[in-house]
Amino acid sequence: MIDNNQKPTNGDAILVMKQLCKNYQLGTVELRVLREINITINSGEYVAIMGPSGSGKSTLLNMIGCLDRPSSGSYLLGGQDVSQLEDDDLSAIRGARIGFVFQSFNLIAQLNVIENIEIPMFYQSYGEAESAERAMKLADMVGLGDRMKHRPSELSGGQQQRVAIARALANDPLIILADEPTGNLDSGSGADILGILDRLHGEEKTLIVVTHDENIATHAQRVIRLFDGRVAEDTYNYHKG
Amino acid sequence: MFLFRFKRTLKLGVKSLWMHRLRSTLTMLGIIFGVSSVVAMLAIGEGASRDAQEKISQLGSRNIIVKTISPPEDKSSVGQQQTLKEYGLTYDDAERFRGAIPNVRVLVPNRRISKQALYRNSRISIEVIGTVPWYPEISPLRVKYGRFITSIDTHYKQAVCVVDEFVRKELFAFDDPLGQNVKIGGDYYRVIGISTAEKSTTSASQDNSGDNGGGANVGKIYIPLTTAQTRFGDTTLQVGAGGSPTLERVELQEIIIQSQSIDQVLSTRRSVQTVLSRFHKKNDYEIIVPLELMKRAKDVQRIFTIVLGSIAAISLLVGGIGIMNIMMATVSERTREIGIRRALGARKRDIIMQFLSETLILTLCGGVLGMGVGSLVPALVTYFGQMRTVITPGSLIMAFGISAAVGIAFGIYPAYRAANMDPIESLRHE
Ligand SMILES: Nc1ncnc2c1ncn2[C@@H]1O[C@H](COP(=O)(O)OP(=O)(O)O)[C@@H](O)[C@H]1O
Ligand SMILES: [Mg+2]
Repeated sequence: MIDNNQKPTNGDAILVMKQLCKNYQLGTVELRVLREINITINSGEYVAIMGPSGSGKSTLLNMIGCLDRPSSGSYLLGGQDVSQLEDDDLSAIRGARIGFVFQSFNLIAQLNVIENIEIPMFYQSYGEAESAERAMKLADMVGLGDRMKHRPSELSGGQQQRVAIARALANDPLIILADEPTGNLDSGSGADILGILDRLHGEEKTLIVVTHDENIATHAQRVIRLFDGRVAEDTYNYHKG
Repeated sequence: MFLFRFKRTLKLGVKSLWMHRLRSTLTMLGIIFGVSSVVAMLAIGEGASRDAQEKISQLGSRNIIVKTISPPEDKSSVGQQQTLKEYGLTYDDAERFRGAIPNVRVLVPNRRISKQALYRNSRISIEVIGTVPWYPEISPLRVKYGRFITSIDTHYKQAVCVVDEFVRKELFAFDDPLGQNVKIGGDYYRVIGISTAEKSTTSASQDNSGDNGGGANVGKIYIPLTTAQTRFGDTTLQVGAGGSPTLERVELQEIIIQSQSIDQVLSTRRSVQTVLSRFHKKNDYEIIVPLELMKRAKDVQRIFTIVLGSIAAISLLVGGIGIMNIMMATVSERTREIGIRRALGARKRDIIMQFLSETLILTLCGGVLGMGVGSLVPALVTYFGQMRTVITPGSLIMAFGISAAVGIAFGIYPAYRAANMDPIESLRHE
């Protein structure tokens, strides 16, 4: 059902949302969190999603990441309609095609750096040696080659977020999603993270980053602004590619 | 790959259990107690059952044992002194059984008298058993040296005897008893054989009313029944409870009948009952059917096992509830971890496996330790309580199976709860 080998070439639309809505039923009141979202994102794009608090950024990101299903409308990820899939299929898609980076790092405290990076591979068909080798390579790549056996509590916030990015890359996903990745970091560490994201963009990864930091938005090629659950603005930073 | 996944899941489970060592240990204790009580109780039950079965089968499963018992005192004669009490089985009874009951294979009339035996300077209390040549056919008694009583001995009322191992040890110490003469009740008897020591048959009877009933540790000397009849007569002097002596006349202490097959035991028993009730007005006999005792013992054993089993099952249930409780706490503590794993590609069944394997590690470790403790307890019971215990492989397999079943039964719900949490909410959970 899910074909991992199907890799779109740069510039192809890998994400297409049409008239996508998300409502929450709060008692008798219907809360319309996302309203008629129409977005197309191409492979290799670096997109920042901005907007005031409560405008639906996280909800949209969760939707893109297949953690949530739309109330109406369609969502095609890598050419596949994922809006009505079963839970197991959504899990499989998350594992194979999505890499999540969270504001609060979300590493598992009992596991060391390598073990944390290995989690997504654990749920895919990786062998033991293959998985360990790849995790070490990724740890190296984010500059934590000398911290592989450390627990999250023994790392700084910036280091933890770098582990999280390595983990997001573990299954070589189609899209990397980051929800305010620098929100819990000091400016120095934040800059490190942005540096890594830039590098990933250079390697033609597709990045979607939620932020309300205008400075971060300047790193992106494209900025989608949400207001009250609608796309209020969708602009390209022409100075970037 | 599957093995890797299994190894990882196991490692993860052990790791998170290790993080909460005290909690895991306390939880496991419930299972340890439960399983060890199952094993121990079954071992004690099995031991008791085998003991009873063995005792009874010594009596012979095809045998019907009719015993003389002292009849209850006549109400009207309380206070009066009876000079001669006459009761019990007679030679006529034996003849009647022989004539009237079909399917009798062997019939053995026995006269049992408590006496003193003398050899050189030794003197011990023994039980003299006047019996017939075919007595060994219906009892576990075996002649080890020499021979048993023959029909010629019986016919000529020979003063010969067979002593059992116990008597040989106590009375003859260093001499070879064969050919020696033992003095019993004023007469000498030549030892013609040495037999194995029989366990006393009276121990299987609930009301131990046999006057001459030798205890388990009394040596036995077998002589021809005819000899016993002529030498000792049928009358014995008994000292009653009040200290006043009474004369008792009893011909036979027991008649053992063996039917041709096990199927005929109960019908033979009925015939025996019919014959006896016609000729005995007093209640001066009892009929012991080892086969019935065996059945009764099995019934008692079954009830015993059910009761013990339920107690053990309840303690396992409590242990299981304890586990479920802890797993619920674990799941809610690790809500965020569950959310993370779900976001990173874990399916519901992966989460179920993760938590279920944790429960199973707990219960199976508890099960194995419980089997150890459960095997130790019966050993202590045997050592200090002088009780026989038997641990069967079946009970160990059962205990292990039960602990696995408890693990799955009480682990599945918390695991299911974990798997069905909404990933987004789990991620938002503090
Ligand atoms: N599970 C939910 N049930 C009800 N309302 C929700 C739920 N999730 C989000 N919301 C509401 O949807 C709106 C958008 O939330 P969110 O996407 O988290 O905003 P943002 O990330 O832009 O701050 C908020 O008003 C929030 O209260
Ligand atoms: Mg948000």
